[in-house]
Amino acid sequence: MKGNGEVPRIGVYVCDCGTNIAGKVRVPEVVEYAKNLPGVVVAREYKYMCSDPGQDLIKRDIQEYGLNRIVVASCSPLLHEHTFRKATAEGGLNPYLVHHVNIREDVSWVHDDEEEATRKAKAIVHGAVLRVAWQKPLEPQSVPVRESALVVGGGIAGITAALTLAEAGKHVYLVEREPTIGGHMAKFDKTFPTLDCAACILTPKMTAVKDHPNITLLTYSEVEEVDGYVGNFKVKVRKKPRYVHEDRCVGCLECIEACVFKEPRFPNEFDLGLSKRKPVYIPFPQAVPPVVTIDPETCLYLRLGKCKKTCVEACGDRNAIDFDMQPETLELEVGTIILATGFKTFDPHRTPKYGYGKYPEVYTSLEIERLVNSSGPTGGEVVMRNGQKPKRVGIIHCVGSRDKNTNPWCSKVCCMYSLKLAHLIHERSGAEVYNFYIDMRTPGKGYEEFYNRLAKEGVHLIRGRVAEVTDAPLHPEEEGKLIIRVEDTNIGVVRRIPVDMVVLAVGLEPQPDAEDVRRLFNISCSNEGWFLERHPKLAPVETFTDGVFVAGACQGPKDIPETVAQAQAAAANALALMDKGSVLIEPNVAQVDEELCSGCHICIGLCPYGAISFNEEKKVAEVNEALCKGCGTCTAACPSGALSQNLFSDHEVFSEIMGVLL
Amino acid sequence: MSGYAYYPGCSLLGTGKSYDESTRAVFEALGVPFQELEAWNCCGATAYSSIDECTAFALAARNLALAHRRGDPIVAPCPNCYLVLTKTQRYLQQYPDMRQRIEQTLERLGLQLGNEIPVRHPLQVLQETPGLEEIQKRIQKPLKGLRVVPYYGCLLARPFPIVEDPWNTTILEDFIEVTGAEVVPYAYRTRCCGGALTGVIREAGVRMVHILLREALRQGAQVIVTTCPLCQFNLEAFQQEALGNNGIQERIPVLYFTQLLGLALGLPPEKLGLHRHLIPFQPRHAILQEAVS
Amino acid sequence: MSAYEPKIVGIFCNWCAYTAADLAGISRMKYAPNVRIVRVMCSGRFDPQMVFWAFKHGADGVLIAGCHPGDCHYQEGNYKALRRFKLLQKLLDQLGIERERVRLEWISASEGEKVKQVIDEMTETLRRLGPLRIQETPQAPEAVGTAGGGHHG
Repeated sequence: MKGNGEVPRIGVYVCDCGTNIAGKVRVPEVVEYAKNLPGVVVAREYKYMCSDPGQDLIKRDIQEYGLNRIVVASCSPLLHEHTFRKATAEGGLNPYLVHHVNIREDVSWVHDDEEEATRKAKAIVHGAVLRVAWQKPLEPQSVPVRESALVVGGGIAGITAALTLAEAGKHVYLVEREPTIGGHMAKFDKTFPTLDCAACILTPKMTAVKDHPNITLLTYSEVEEVDGYVGNFKVKVRKKPRYVHEDRCVGCLECIEACVFKEPRFPNEFDLGLSKRKPVYIPFPQAVPPVVTIDPETCLYLRLGKCKKTCVEACGDRNAIDFDMQPETLELEVGTIILATGFKTFDPHRTPKYGYGKYPEVYTSLEIERLVNSSGPTGGEVVMRNGQKPKRVGIIHCVGSRDKNTNPWCSKVCCMYSLKLAHLIHERSGAEVYNFYIDMRTPGKGYEEFYNRLAKEGVHLIRGRVAEVTDAPLHPEEEGKLIIRVEDTNIGVVRRIPVDMVVLAVGLEPQPDAEDVRRLFNISCSNEGWFLERHPKLAPVETFTDGVFVAGACQGPKDIPETVAQAQAAAANALALMDKGSVLIEPNVAQVDEELCSGCHICIGLCPYGAISFNEEKKVAEVNEALCKGCGTCTAACPSGALSQNLFSDHEVFSEIMGVLL
Repeated sequence: MSGYAYYPGCSLLGTGKSYDESTRAVFEALGVPFQELEAWNCCGATAYSSIDECTAFALAARNLALAHRRGDPIVAPCPNCYLVLTKTQRYLQQYPDMRQRIEQTLERLGLQLGNEIPVRHPLQVLQETPGLEEIQKRIQKPLKGLRVVPYYGCLLARPFPIVEDPWNTTILEDFIEVTGAEVVPYAYRTRCCGGALTGVIREAGVRMVHILLREALRQGAQVIVTTCPLCQFNLEAFQQEALGNNGIQERIPVLYFTQLLGLALGLPPEKLGLHRHLIPFQPRHAILQEAVS
Repeated sequence: MSAYEPKIVGIFCNWCAYTAADLAGISRMKYAPNVRIVRVMCSGRFDPQMVFWAFKHGADGVLIAGCHPGDCHYQEGNYKALRRFKLLQKLLDQLGIERERVRLEWISASEGEKVKQVIDEMTETLRRLGPLRIQETPQAPEAVGTAGGGHHG
C-alpha cells in the first residue's frame, strides 16, 4: 500500500478502558483481526492506553519495531487525541502520524449486542488503519498570545476575573453594558449563609477595579464584533454616550439636584421600578465609575432640544456635561476572553396564577432585596406599595423553576435566598413568615446550619407547591388579604393561608440575548440557553473555542462562592495561555497543489475567512495558512483535487470511509 | 361553504335547551350562516373514553367525517363537545395506528376523514361573524346597569384554549360590554364548577359551586353568564344546597351568554328559552324589565 | 428473519455532531449499531463524491451531520453542505437511488438524544428499503490509490 512514499509500518493499540470497552467489545478478537490488516506490524490490547504504561507501549514499539504510523482505538479523540499525539512525539515520531478512533462513546457505550459491537469495532479499526497510511508528518503553527484579556460583564464574576488577571500583571479590558459595574450582587442586602452585607464585600472590589492600573474599565459599553483566534482576538467595543465626561465628573451629584425635573419621575431600573429617578442619575451611591449618566429617552434636552440645562449650570467649571457626545467605537486586541455576562430572573407574568402584576402586593425576590436594603426605596423598612407594613408574608419557592410549564431546572440559589429573605423580613418588620417549598435545597458549606437556624427562628416551613394566590375570600379573616392556597403535604390538608404580602422566589434564566452574544464569540449554548462548557465535570470554565472562557451564572445557576471560584478558574486558564506566550494552531489547513490548480476561482469565494487568494502571476489559488481555520470546504469543492486539507485529504477521508464498510 | 355545521350535542337537546334556542336565535338575528349537522351522533363526551378509547374516538370521528362530507367547519356550543371533537382531531393526527382503525370503521359507513376541520365555539364564531363592531350596531335594548359575572368555565381555557392567552383573555367580557351591561370583576372566571362531580361526589361538587356563587355574590353581581350547559346547570340547580345550606338566602340567576346577547339584540325572551330557568331572570330595573318582557 | 442489516456511513462534524455523539455515549443511550462514524472538522468538508464512494464500497446509506444553520464553528460550512446536498439529491433521483439513503441532519453539541433518534430512524428506514442494489466486486485495497487524482506520493 502506498503511503506517501514510505511503506507503512503501523502499530495498532486497542484499549480495554477497564471494562468500559472490554465489557462489550471482544478486544482480543479485534487485536487479532488488526494483526492481519495491510501494513500492521504490531497490534496490542491494553487496559488503559491513556495511562503512562499505555503510552510507553507506543513509545517503545516505535523504537523497537520502527513504526511509522500509530492507530489507537479507545475513547473519544475529543478527550485523548492530544495524549496519543504527545506519546507518539515522545516516541520519536511526528505526532500527526497517529489516528485515534472511538470505540467507546461510539461503540461499547451505545450498543448492547456484543457481536455487533465487536464487528463495529473491527470496522472502525480497519478504517483507521487504511486512513493512517495516508497521513503525512505535519508541523503545527505557533502563534503568539497577546498578554491582554477581555472580560465581558462587570458583576462579581467579571470583577473577580479582572482583578485576578490584573494582579498577575496582565492588561484587562472590563466591558460592562450598564452604567456601573456590580451586577446583581450590588442589589442584594445580605448574602447567605453568613448574612454578610453584600455591598460591604463588593464595593471594595469595585473600587479596586477602578483604581487598578492594569484594568481599563469600559462601562455603558457593549461588544459589537469579535474577529481573530486564540491569542489574537480583535474586538470592537461600542461605548454608549453618557453625555458626561467620565474624567471630569467628580460625582458631586449637584446636577441631579439642579435638574429641571423637581421630583424624580421615571422608574429607577436599579430599584426595579420601586422608586423613581430623574433623567440625570447615578444608579446607586457607590456606583463605579462614580459618575452620573444622562438617559436620552427621558432627558428633555436630548429628546426635544429644549431645556434650561440647569444641570450644566450646576456643574460649573468642571464642565463635565456634554450633550454632543457621540457613541465611540474602540478596537481592542486581546489574547484571551472571559465571558461573565450573568443571568436574568424569571418573569412571573408567565405564571399568572401567582397574581404578579395583578395584585400590587405580590413581589419578586429581587424587588424584596431592594426593599430590605437600607439604600433601597424604603430605606430598608419592609413597607408595601399600599404604605403599610405586612403582618404576614408568604414566600413561594420555585417560581419559574422545576416546572415543566416554564423552566425545568432547579435554580440552585432560591431556597437559600428565600430563607435569607424570611429572616430579613421577620427581623425588620416582625411579620410572621411562611415559606412554601417543594424540597429544601441547602447543600453548601454552612447552608444546612442556616436552614436549622431559620427553623428555630420560627419561620413556618410548609412543604407544598402553591396552587394559586387569590384575593377572593371565603372566610371573614381572609377579607382584604391575599390568600395562598396550598396542599400542606406533610399533614395532607389543603390550606388557605391569608397573607398581606407575597414574595415569589423567581428562578434564574439565561440573559435574553445569550444566543446573540454566544454567536459573537463563536461558542455554543446548551439546550436551556446557558453558555456551553467544554466538559461539565472536567472543564467547566473552558469552551469549545480556544481562548474563550466562561465564568459565573452565564454558564448555569450558581451562588456567589461558586461564581467567584469559576471566575478565578477562568482567569487561571487565561493566565496559563498568556504566560505560555504562544499557542500551537492545529495544522489541518488547506494547501494548493499548483500543478493541478486550473485557476477556476471556485475556492476563493467559498472561504469564510478570506484565506484563499488568487496569485495573478502563477494563475493559481494560494492559501494563507495563518488565516485558514481548517474547515475543509474548499477541499470538498475543488473540481481538480488541487486543494487538499492536511489531515483530512481525500485519500485520508475516503480510505477511512471504505475501511469502516468492511 | 354553506354555513357552519351546527353541532348541538346531547346536552343542548336536554337540560341545555335554552342554550340551543338562544344560540340559534342569535345566529339567525346576526346573519351567521349555519345549518344543523345532519344525522350527528353523541360525541361521547362522558365516560366512554375510559371504557374503550378507540370506539369512543370513532364515535366522535363520525361527526368530523360528516362535516368533512359537507365541507363545513363545525360550531359546537357545548365546550365538552368542543373538547372531544378537537381532541379526537389531534389524536388522529398524532397516532397513525388509531387513525387507520378509525378510517376503516368509517369506510364501512361510507364516510371518510379528511384534512383538519375547524371546530369552533360560538364565542369564536361571533367574534369573527359578524364581529363585535357590527353586533354593537345592532343592539336594540342595551342592558344598562346590569351587573354581570363573566364565567367562562374551565374547558374554554384548557386543555385546548379557544384564545391564545386564556389567562388574560377578555373575549366573554367584550360580549357582555357590547350588550351595554356592566362587567363584574371575577377572579374565578376560569375556575372549574365541578363538572360531573355534583353527580358523582356530591359534597365536592357542591363545594366548588358554593365557592363560585359566593364570590359572585360578594362582588355584587346580579346575574352570571356561562358558556357551557353543565356549568349553567351546576350553578343554577344546586343553589339551594350550595347557598341555602350555608345560610345564604340570596339566589342569583345563571344565563347563557347567548341569552344575554339575544335580549340586548331585542329578541323576545321566549325565543331565547328564558322561561326554562329554575331561577327566573327578573331584574328590578325598569329598562331591563322592558328588555325581559 | 432477515440477514440483511443496513450499513450506514456517518460523516459527522467535529464541533457539533461528533460531540453530540460523544454525549449520547456518555449518557449511555442505546442505538442501532449500523452507523460507522467518520469524523471531519466541518460538514462543509462533505463532498458528494463521498456518498458514491461509500455506496460503491458497500454502504446502504450515508448520514451527514453538522451544526444547525447559523451555528457553524466555521461560520458557513453547513450552508455549503446543504447546497451540495440539495444538488446531490437531484443526482440520486436521476440514478434511481432512493432519497432516504442519504440524509443531512443538523445536530447541536447538546443533542445527544437526537443522534440516537436519527440513527435508529434511518436504520429502520433502510431495513425497509432493503440493500442498495449497486453491486461491485470487492477490490483489493491497493486500488484506493486512484481516488481523488494524483497526490504527492
